[in-house]
Amino acid sequence: MQYEIVIGLEVHTELATASKIFCGCTTKFGGEPNTHVCEVCSGMPGVLPVLNQQVAAFAVRTGLATNCAITQYNKFDRKNYFYPDLPKAYQISQLYLPICREGWVQISGKKVRIHEIHMEEDAGKLIHDPYDDVTLVDYNRCGVPLLEIVSEPDLRSAKETIEYLEKLRAILQYTGVSDCKMQEGSFRADINLSVRPIGQAEFGTRTEMKNMNSFKAIARAIESESKRQIALIESGGIVTQETRRWDDNKGKSFAMRTKEDAHDYKYFPEPDLPPIAISDEEIESARAALPELPDAKKARYIQEFGLPEYDTEIITRSVELTRLFEEASAVCGAPKDTANWMMTEVLRLMSDAGTLPEDLAFDFVSLGKVIALVSSGKINRGTGKKVFAKVFAENVEPESYVKENNLALVTDTAAIRAELEAVVAANEKSAAAYKGGKEQAFQYLIGQGMKALRGKASVNMVTELLHELVGA
Amino acid sequence: MELLELTALELSAKIRVGELTVREALDAAYRAIELEEPRIHAFVSLCKEQAYAEALSVQERIDAGEELSPLAGVPIAVKDNICTKGVRTTCGSRMLEGFTPTYNAHVVDLLEQAGLVVIGKTNMDEFAMGSTTETSALADTRNPVDAERVPGGSSGGSAAAVAAGEVWLALGSDTGGSIRQPSAFCGVTGLKPTYGSVSRYGLVAYASSLDQIGPIGKNAADCAALYAILRGKDQRDASNMEAEPLDIAAVEGYRLTGKKIGMPREFFGEGLQADVAARVQEAAEKLAGLGAEMEEFDLPVAKYAVPAYYIIACAEACSNLSRYDGIKYGFSAPESEDLRSAYVNSRSQGFGMEVKRRIMLGNFVLSSGYYDSYYKKALQVKRLVQDAFTRAFEKYDMVLGPVYPTTALKRGEGLSDPLKLYLGDIYTVMVNLAGLPAIALPCGADADGLPVGLQLIGKPFDEGSLLGAGRVYQRKAQEN
Repeated sequence: MQYEIVIGLEVHTELATASKIFCGCTTKFGGEPNTHVCEVCSGMPGVLPVLNQQVAAFAVRTGLATNCAITQYNKFDRKNYFYPDLPKAYQISQLYLPICREGWVQISGKKVRIHEIHMEEDAGKLIHDPYDDVTLVDYNRCGVPLLEIVSEPDLRSAKETIEYLEKLRAILQYTGVSDCKMQEGSFRADINLSVRPIGQAEFGTRTEMKNMNSFKAIARAIESESKRQIALIESGGIVTQETRRWDDNKGKSFAMRTKEDAHDYKYFPEPDLPPIAISDEEIESARAALPELPDAKKARYIQEFGLPEYDTEIITRSVELTRLFEEASAVCGAPKDTANWMMTEVLRLMSDAGTLPEDLAFDFVSLGKVIALVSSGKINRGTGKKVFAKVFAENVEPESYVKENNLALVTDTAAIRAELEAVVAANEKSAAAYKGGKEQAFQYLIGQGMKALRGKASVNMVTELLHELVGA
Repeated sequence: MELLELTALELSAKIRVGELTVREALDAAYRAIELEEPRIHAFVSLCKEQAYAEALSVQERIDAGEELSPLAGVPIAVKDNICTKGVRTTCGSRMLEGFTPTYNAHVVDLLEQAGLVVIGKTNMDEFAMGSTTETSALADTRNPVDAERVPGGSSGGSAAAVAAGEVWLALGSDTGGSIRQPSAFCGVTGLKPTYGSVSRYGLVAYASSLDQIGPIGKNAADCAALYAILRGKDQRDASNMEAEPLDIAAVEGYRLTGKKIGMPREFFGEGLQADVAARVQEAAEKLAGLGAEMEEFDLPVAKYAVPAYYIIACAEACSNLSRYDGIKYGFSAPESEDLRSAYVNSRSQGFGMEVKRRIMLGNFVLSSGYYDSYYKKALQVKRLVQDAFTRAFEKYDMVLGPVYPTTALKRGEGLSDPLKLYLGDIYTVMVNLAGLPAIALPCGADADGLPVGLQLIGKPFDEGSLLGAGRVYQRKAQEN
């Protein structure tokens, strides 16, 4: 039988606010354990939360960028459960009236519907110390603001899922609400997955894999879990609704807890925080302030600059790459060249060094300067690549680097002619062979000429002058 | 001259003109405490060292000519669920017996700014759950009028300390009557302010949507002066609202002439002790004699108020008290094998019976499948109570009734029948559900000489009228 995979995602993204959601502590990643804490985020007796207004503003911005309706009267609720990383033993979240509802994100060929987006606080971290057999708690992350973005079960494959996640991440980065650093856990997904025979209307029983924070692991987990479910059904078994833990090293998932022992979170309205009212004016001004989003940017790059679709797809997937493209092409005035350089040199260097777009550390205008140096004939393309490699690795300033290292092309015709005369004199046989009709002999002379000039002359000029010198 | 016989305002006046030092006031309080405590047990902690240091600094500020407040230099007792930096804050619970906050509640900062000196922390029902102060794990507070009776609760220590003449003023907190009822039992004046008029920052939460800090004192004038200090916006409490400062001159010049006071028939029905009814009726007549127009009206929603209150309060409490898990601070059961047993043992041993009862009740009403029929219904009743009072205040300036159906209970009497004790909250809980201000004023005694309390309920943020009416009433009582 043929099966269809059905996937819905709950994505958690940490917001790029300076301070936590309900207190003034910093949201900076890292730091010595329990140094970014106060009596509020560590859940001491008698303390009260006060909403960081930037969190609601970011939530509205995200909702508008994903075509959601904004809940103009929304509220916080308490989700109650005991765990040492949750010092109040409840998480302030939104259940009954989430701030955004019913949106969608476009991926190739389909709209993935967003069920809701709600605001909540992150929990702390437990650190297990196997040597002393103790578990330690770090509350630094406690109270870092999160958005939970819940999709409808509209995804049908690992490929679609990754495309959706990449698009969502791009939107969050474009709008500046999150840095989405997956390795720091600021963008992570819970995967709800079920399978059903193709043509069946009802969904199968789903399982959930929590806190996945790498695209590769997500793709592998989807492949593995869908195969497991199909094999189970094929062999006459039934899928149990349960939470599973994906072990990427072992390449398989393990059952953690079933629905029967699932928590009753006893949600109720958070009495310490008043409801949030968002006016039409606030929504409209947030809408007006939205930056150009990935799809619009992509369309514009194609239309305005005539870039190939594939290039724009790659570039617009990351807000950093669009910044690089826009800043560099503004300097050199050559968008197509810029895109070419990015698709070849930039991506190659990034993949060699394992650099993520958000970690690009050079001055973006430098790429434009290198391109301008090449196109104006100041350096040749080969030198240009070498200079850019220096820019990429050490953030050198291209123009002064070229000058200091004497890399500019020699443009003095007399000087070049003198060098080439010497080359012809030293290679009389080749010159004679060429005159005798041997084409390769001329290519040899060009090579020798470039070598003598140490690459600092334009090949066109060398060719032209050699023609003059050896005739024909 | 016996300093403890002065009112707080009189004491501060003497200190501010230099007739007395802050230190002398403090000495007098601690002497009275030494004398009375063996009988009353109102305090769970005294903070002499901090108090004398603070007294020195207040004295310096006064001597330097700083205008502090009309209560500058007055020693004050603070209920033990209000956080005091460096002074343990137990909430009357074994769970927090060793807990010392690193921060002050906002109101404690306000007291310091106004030049009052915190002398100690008063006993209370565990986590403010109870109306006799008997659920405290730390002390057994007695009613100063009759030591075989309870002081009421949950702010029983605060009311008893003022009534026993151990201190001039105290802070209490009121979630369902916890300032008014002990004030009535002990024969002192207590004000439960409008929800949102006093910051809850640093008040250890029982039921967050109902809790409010307020003053307990010898009379309405002292309470007005203290409330004027407490009232105001605090950025750290999102439920706290902007409000005009209390107009003390308007309180002092308040007239009852032309004021309409409503008396709900449901407040004078079955279950009300006869001589309590009589004293409250006499008080109503006195107010009428002072120019107020009294009128009876129906408040049928009253019969749903107690169940709705306990559902909402317990639901919030079970969540608020979940943080006491034996992991971070407070009591931690020794020799737990794993995380689960650490939770279970710490909470089983750290909490008393009444707290456990309410935690279980709260968990039940919030459980999936029961939420709609209990918690949601209770919220609807809360709304009906609010609406009923909004309608009443279209007609009346104030609503009058008793504070409690009886005078002070005998020790042990309440613990034996918790449901009966809950039902006793009938006249006080509606005020919390509606977020209204209310004042408890002593109005005579029953046949055993036990104090009876009169309750006046006001419009939101209209504490001025309640305190004003209290002033007028107490001035008249003094004349007689």
